[in-house]
Amino acid sequence: MRKELGILTLLAVLCVLVAALNPQFLSSANIQNTSRLIGTYGIFSIGVGIVIITGGIDLSVGSMFALLGVLLSLMLTQWHWPALFAVAVVLALGSLLGVIHGLLITRMGLQPFLVTLCGLLLYRGLARYIAADAVQGFGAGTGFEWLRDLVTGSAGRIPMPFVLLVAVAVIMWVVLHRSVYGRYLFAVGRNEEAARYSGINSHRVIASAYVISGFLAAVAAILLAFYTNSVSPSSHGSFYELYAIAAAVLGGCSLRGGEGSIIGIVAGTALLQVLRNLVNLLDVPSSLDFAVMGAVILIGVIVDQVLRSKT
Amino acid sequence: MLEMSRVSKKFPGVTALDSVEFSVRPGEVVALVGENGAGKSTLMKILAGIYAPDAGAIRFDGKLVSIHSPRDSTRLGIGTIHQELEVIDTLDVAANVFLGREPVWGGPLRLVDRRKIHAEARGVLLRIGLDISPDRLLRDLSTAQKQLVEIARALSQDVRLLIMDEPTSSLTLSETDRLIQVVKDLRSNRVSVVYISHRLQEIERLADRVVVLRDGRNAGELHRGDISHPRMVQLMVGREVKTLYADAAPSRGPVRIELRNFRTQRYPAHPVSLSIRAGEILGLAGLIGAGRSELAKAVFGVDRPRKGEIVLDGAVVNIHSSGDAIQRGIYLIPEDRRNSGLLTGMSVRENITLPNLEQFSSAGWIRQADETASAQASCADLKIKTPSVETSAGSLSGGNQQKIVLAKWLSLKPRVILFDEPTRGIDVAAKAEIYQLMRRLAAEGVAILMISSDMEEILGNSDRVAVMHEGRLTGILQRPDCTEEAIMTLAVA
Repeated sequence: MRKELGILTLLAVLCVLVAALNPQFLSSANIQNTSRLIGTYGIFSIGVGIVIITGGIDLSVGSMFALLGVLLSLMLTQWHWPALFAVAVVLALGSLLGVIHGLLITRMGLQPFLVTLCGLLLYRGLARYIAADAVQGFGAGTGFEWLRDLVTGSAGRIPMPFVLLVAVAVIMWVVLHRSVYGRYLFAVGRNEEAARYSGINSHRVIASAYVISGFLAAVAAILLAFYTNSVSPSSHGSFYELYAIAAAVLGGCSLRGGEGSIIGIVAGTALLQVLRNLVNLLDVPSSLDFAVMGAVILIGVIVDQVLRSKT
Repeated sequence: MLEMSRVSKKFPGVTALDSVEFSVRPGEVVALVGENGAGKSTLMKILAGIYAPDAGAIRFDGKLVSIHSPRDSTRLGIGTIHQELEVIDTLDVAANVFLGREPVWGGPLRLVDRRKIHAEARGVLLRIGLDISPDRLLRDLSTAQKQLVEIARALSQDVRLLIMDEPTSSLTLSETDRLIQVVKDLRSNRVSVVYISHRLQEIERLADRVVVLRDGRNAGELHRGDISHPRMVQLMVGREVKTLYADAAPSRGPVRIELRNFRTQRYPAHPVSLSIRAGEILGLAGLIGAGRSELAKAVFGVDRPRKGEIVLDGAVVNIHSSGDAIQRGIYLIPEDRRNSGLLTGMSVRENITLPNLEQFSSAGWIRQADETASAQASCADLKIKTPSVETSAGSLSGGNQQKIVLAKWLSLKPRVILFDEPTRGIDVAAKAEIYQLMRRLAAEGVAILMISSDMEEILGNSDRVAVMHEGRLTGILQRPDCTEEAIMTLAVA
């Protein structure tokens, strides 16, 4: 709980600071846009965070956005599949990739880093090949207006991705912190062997985490594709897996596994987005975008380490 | 040679040492005994330069010395073999022996002089009778061999005083004999040894003098002629303990579990057949590497058996995973408590309820109040000493940790419990409690298999003793026939 409080405090301080320096931060357009981004990023960060809690890592989500985005565009604009069906196929594909990762890691005993690194390369390459390296758009949206309006729209004044994130976060909070399955996720992350000696089917638990990550990445892929409205196969979603990992670690997940919380992951995501927003609003050269994030994460980790060694 | 006088050390909330006197003469083997928490480790950590004493004086060779760091300790000629071995598994024997003080050549390049460390390592290994190549990687050695490598490391630094903390806790009988011989050789070379152990039989055989600590104070001292098991126990607990072991159950039930031609992956050529009755404790003796743990793991389903049948209460059962075994009431208390038995980073509550969370959940949702209440009840029942059930399990003492591992199973319905080295590294009082628990379970009709390398435990606690040697079951002894000699004969067969 201490870690969550720490990051929530940091988030609040940062918001006040940015708002003081540039009142634009509090403009309705800015808040809407930022919360839309937090929603999208938060959803797949939760997936990656759960994988991290089991002691694994998922590097493939960024490339999955490109592959699934390209496919979604093709399904809707070229093949004219019904939108609902296309969405279902994308979600199923994301889950299927997660199943493959999970099986390679548990059945074959491969390291998560390697499996998902290969995924990162493979899906990016496939996306570019399928799209012939051309940018895929959604055109006028004929035939799937409702889908576009739904995922780019708002519930009242709250952007749909943020609404979805709240729903996903609530569900995953219950799953992770209140359910038997959630306890098992922490247990295998802490010590897979001891978990196995307690009768937990650790392979199934670990593999399932990659399925959750794949599924949530597919949800985010749909949101992201419509948010950018065009999918450039070579750059779409590039580096996004690192945002997720950074958000999870900032939010208190340990890369050794067995530690972390949903509140922390969501707060970590929000912090990263507010930082990017800060770079925009305060006229920091946008080329420094990554540098600012890197510095803040590093400082956060150092402060945490110092506080930890004092207690 | 070494004199520590009026040494005191306080930690927040506890006085670990209170005016303790301790001395060692050249070439003397001094056994330091006491229950866990008596202050043995703290005293030795002061000598090793890990803790600084709050008060007291340390004299070495008559001169007042202060030991501020492990380096100071090494410089005085004090070497320590810790209970958790400090070797690097991925390096070879020679590199481990010379770790941190490698001879170099090549001027500013500071290259390791491999030829020299290998030649010197070979010499030191021979001194302690360890006949292995210095090129072997540590991960390919047995625990006993690793320990001897650590002793070789200490000897190569010309130690004059060697501190050994529970050196035999993971060794088998013959390995223990070997180690005792090494210590005796050291003694005849005028090296002094401080020997910390819970195995009082070894101390009877080995020690010139026994120093007993109790609650951070000197509780007494025994000299060569007076050293005996009951007197040590008496000083350790401050009262006379009649016997550690509970009485055997008067009668036994029908056969609860039977292994028929059971083969493990490790020893596929040797089928094992044995049976345990309800209410019976079957001791399983043997040397390390005899395949006892492998047998238990295969029965429990964490390892896959090669072939054979498990018959439980008359019916053949298929066990493919630990989940299958647990469902049928077959539980394992594993050998490696900290890595297999316990999730050290999680709370006492989470550990105790892990295998039976289903009991405290509705539709996958944990009922936290029920869970906490059950964990608290288990702690009370097994007398687990913990500030609260939310305390991290890893922070408790060995005995309490072992009781947590037991507590995991007791709220389920045990039919067979496999204990693998149930009291390794646990103090006398907690040992007695665990033995009583085993008897209580047996009286409730549980069939118990107790794997142990501790001969006292095997002899004192078993209704029958099965002995294994390199994967083969070499014999089963009825209680009247159980003697140390009879078991050893079968174990080395």
